[in-house]
Amino acid sequence: MSTTVKEIQIGDVGAQAASHANNERMSLNVGPSHPTTHGVLRLLMELDGDLITRCEPVLGYLHRGDEKIAENMTYNQFVPYTDRLDYLAPLANNVAYAITVEKLAGLNLPERCEAIRVLVCEMARISSHLLGMGVFGMDAGAWTPFMYTFTEREKLYTLFEELTGARFTTSYTRIGGVARDLPDGWLPKVEKFVDELPKAIDEVEKLLTRNRIFLDRTEGIGTISKDDAIAYGLTGPNLRASGVDLDLRKDKPYSGYEKYEFDVPIGTKGDCYDRYLVRIEEVRQSILIVKQVIASMPSGLWYAEDAKKIFAPPKEKVMTNMEELIQNFMIVTEGPQVPSGEIYFEAENPKGALGFYLVSKGGGVPYRLKIRAPSFCNLSILEKLVPGHMLSDITVILGSLDFVMGECDR
Amino acid sequence: MISNEVGYNSKIEGEVIVTRADSVINWIRKHSVWPMPMGLACCAIELMASAASRYDISRFGMEVMRFSPRQSDCMIVAGTVTYKMAEVVRRIYDQMGDPKWVVAMGACASTGGMYRSYAVMQGVDNVVPVDVYVSGCPPRPEALLDAMMKLQGKIGNESSVSNLSKKPESFKVS
Amino acid sequence: MIDDDFVNALLHERDFLSIKHREDCLTLNCSPDSLVDFCKHLRDEQTFDLLMDLTAVDHGEEAKDRFSVVLHFYSLVHKSYIRIHVLCPDSQSPSIPSVSSVFPAANWHERETFDMFGIEFSEHPNLKRILMWDDYPYFPLRKEFPLAGIEVPLPAADVAEVTGADVDPAPMMGGPFVASGNSRMSEAEPRAKDESWTEESEKPL
Repeated sequence: MSTTVKEIQIGDVGAQAASHANNERMSLNVGPSHPTTHGVLRLLMELDGDLITRCEPVLGYLHRGDEKIAENMTYNQFVPYTDRLDYLAPLANNVAYAITVEKLAGLNLPERCEAIRVLVCEMARISSHLLGMGVFGMDAGAWTPFMYTFTEREKLYTLFEELTGARFTTSYTRIGGVARDLPDGWLPKVEKFVDELPKAIDEVEKLLTRNRIFLDRTEGIGTISKDDAIAYGLTGPNLRASGVDLDLRKDKPYSGYEKYEFDVPIGTKGDCYDRYLVRIEEVRQSILIVKQVIASMPSGLWYAEDAKKIFAPPKEKVMTNMEELIQNFMIVTEGPQVPSGEIYFEAENPKGALGFYLVSKGGGVPYRLKIRAPSFCNLSILEKLVPGHMLSDITVILGSLDFVMGECDR
Repeated sequence: MISNEVGYNSKIEGEVIVTRADSVINWIRKHSVWPMPMGLACCAIELMASAASRYDISRFGMEVMRFSPRQSDCMIVAGTVTYKMAEVVRRIYDQMGDPKWVVAMGACASTGGMYRSYAVMQGVDNVVPVDVYVSGCPPRPEALLDAMMKLQGKIGNESSVSNLSKKPESFKVS
Repeated sequence: MIDDDFVNALLHERDFLSIKHREDCLTLNCSPDSLVDFCKHLRDEQTFDLLMDLTAVDHGEEAKDRFSVVLHFYSLVHKSYIRIHVLCPDSQSPSIPSVSSVFPAANWHERETFDMFGIEFSEHPNLKRILMWDDYPYFPLRKEFPLAGIEVPLPAADVAEVTGADVDPAPMMGGPFVASGNSRMSEAEPRAKDESWTEESEKPL
């Protein structure tokens, strides 16, 4: 009986481990596939017993080439790809992308369209934070809040499905408006949902916020100072938990956000517990915004009527009039005609500031589209943040940063 | 007299059921498939939703989502497989113990989906043998449950007894 | 406030700067050698301490200066953005100084720009690929690189040996479908950009 000898490459982690054979250091690879549901992130760590001395994140396991794809798709064809960037709040990505292109084209949107976009953005924020906090609880060892938040998210999914046709990955916005108007009877359902939501959040809070085990696991862990947060380009709830007052909805309002009253929660210490508290409070503020939008929903059109070469005309006119038929054909085949120039626009997504840098040389296809992903910037602080903590703090820190690899790797 | 009822009467047969070994082995295997969720992208969220309370996957005995390949039966590849990640998927597949099955969930795992680009492997079946493909972007939890039921049907038709004495072969794409 | 006084004070005695345009935000051209000092000035004196984005644009193989690096800064005090364009002097092996000593956020952005375009950032602490695997030989976002990709071996040799898989190009059935503008309606129908090959028939050499 012969045995075949085969050489395997165990890679750089193995080489490091071999070099540590005489010390007490250990190399550990928290591999790309691991139970924290944030996705495929690999951490190469060096441990001294239980204490982490070095941590190097390796990305790129979900790099799908979105930016190269954007150079080959028309503006409207790229909207489904924006869904899958931050796939926990797809509607917010759609809105951010649409506003970028509309700003470059110089379009003014009617009030109803802007109000619809604010409404779906805030619902997406509720959805993303609910999942973020449910999974954060699960990372710290609590299974029940995950189930409670997912039940609420299922109600949101039903609402999204009625509005757009898909549970998530909605592709709801178009350049110049939204895909369709609100269905009849949808707004009262949303109102009923947000009336019942505070109770569900109270239940989650009862389980986590004053829980001794949760406090021990999250207080004082993963503290990010104000200067560090600004230096490493953090945005969103992570930055606000460290004490910096930056919320793009208040500082650079877009899509009619200036009409609504809401507070922005700011943390003090910048540890994991603060990030959790900031997100829970943001959900409550989003509920307020949703109620205001429903109460004041203006009537009118849901698309920009003067966007002649950009937004496809309504189907009844396309089927009967020659001019609209030609416009529809040109927009679908060549793409919305956007003038040449460059623009950078950032929207306040649940994860942070999602920015689109668009360079256009005219025509229906962008020349260069750069997606500034909040999770990419949020993760760059890991190399500095993690050393000095214990191995069991890793899941808690990753959970509190609330990142999504879909937008990190694009 | 031919009876249409299930032929087990405890007074007649005692506590003994006589059947084929395959039936018993397959019945046990298909009603406790422990999935290993290879959740890579957006499909992982629908996988989690199918494990949550509304589309309870626990009805099928599959709520035990073991992230360790040693303790699981079925790998559900949910999400886009990039070339950088393909090696990891294959290694984890190799670490699973026989018998094992693979479900390619979603368009990206089946054929690359809408990402026809330089970095995306056009289908996970280039590196692992797939038993059930689920279409959808992302597939609804009901679609995933339907796929798991089809997998159960496939497991029920296997000839497990003859497989017990077979040596595992390495997978080679022709 | 980014008004004319601010702009004039900023450009005063800085002849390495010039205004490109002020359409959506103040956009300046900067020369590569003075970039790091100007960034330090922006961060310390002008309160632009948040580096939001650092990326590059490829102007095409025929352009005189092919690559330009674009930086976006945000100021919490002025509540507005500033954009800086830096042209890389050498189009064959582009290289500009790294700003990661001034803004740690630039570290990963510069790695990504190197990964996608091949622009070297001198004095970067750890310039290696971040999104593609380390041995990948091409720079994907350059204009001459096709979307479908170029065939290379799979990064893990043992997996490739067992499964026979490798990194195959994934063409969009003959190329992306686009409609050419400025022509007669009958020719404006969408057709494959490159009609000489499909998945069944090979590309002619």
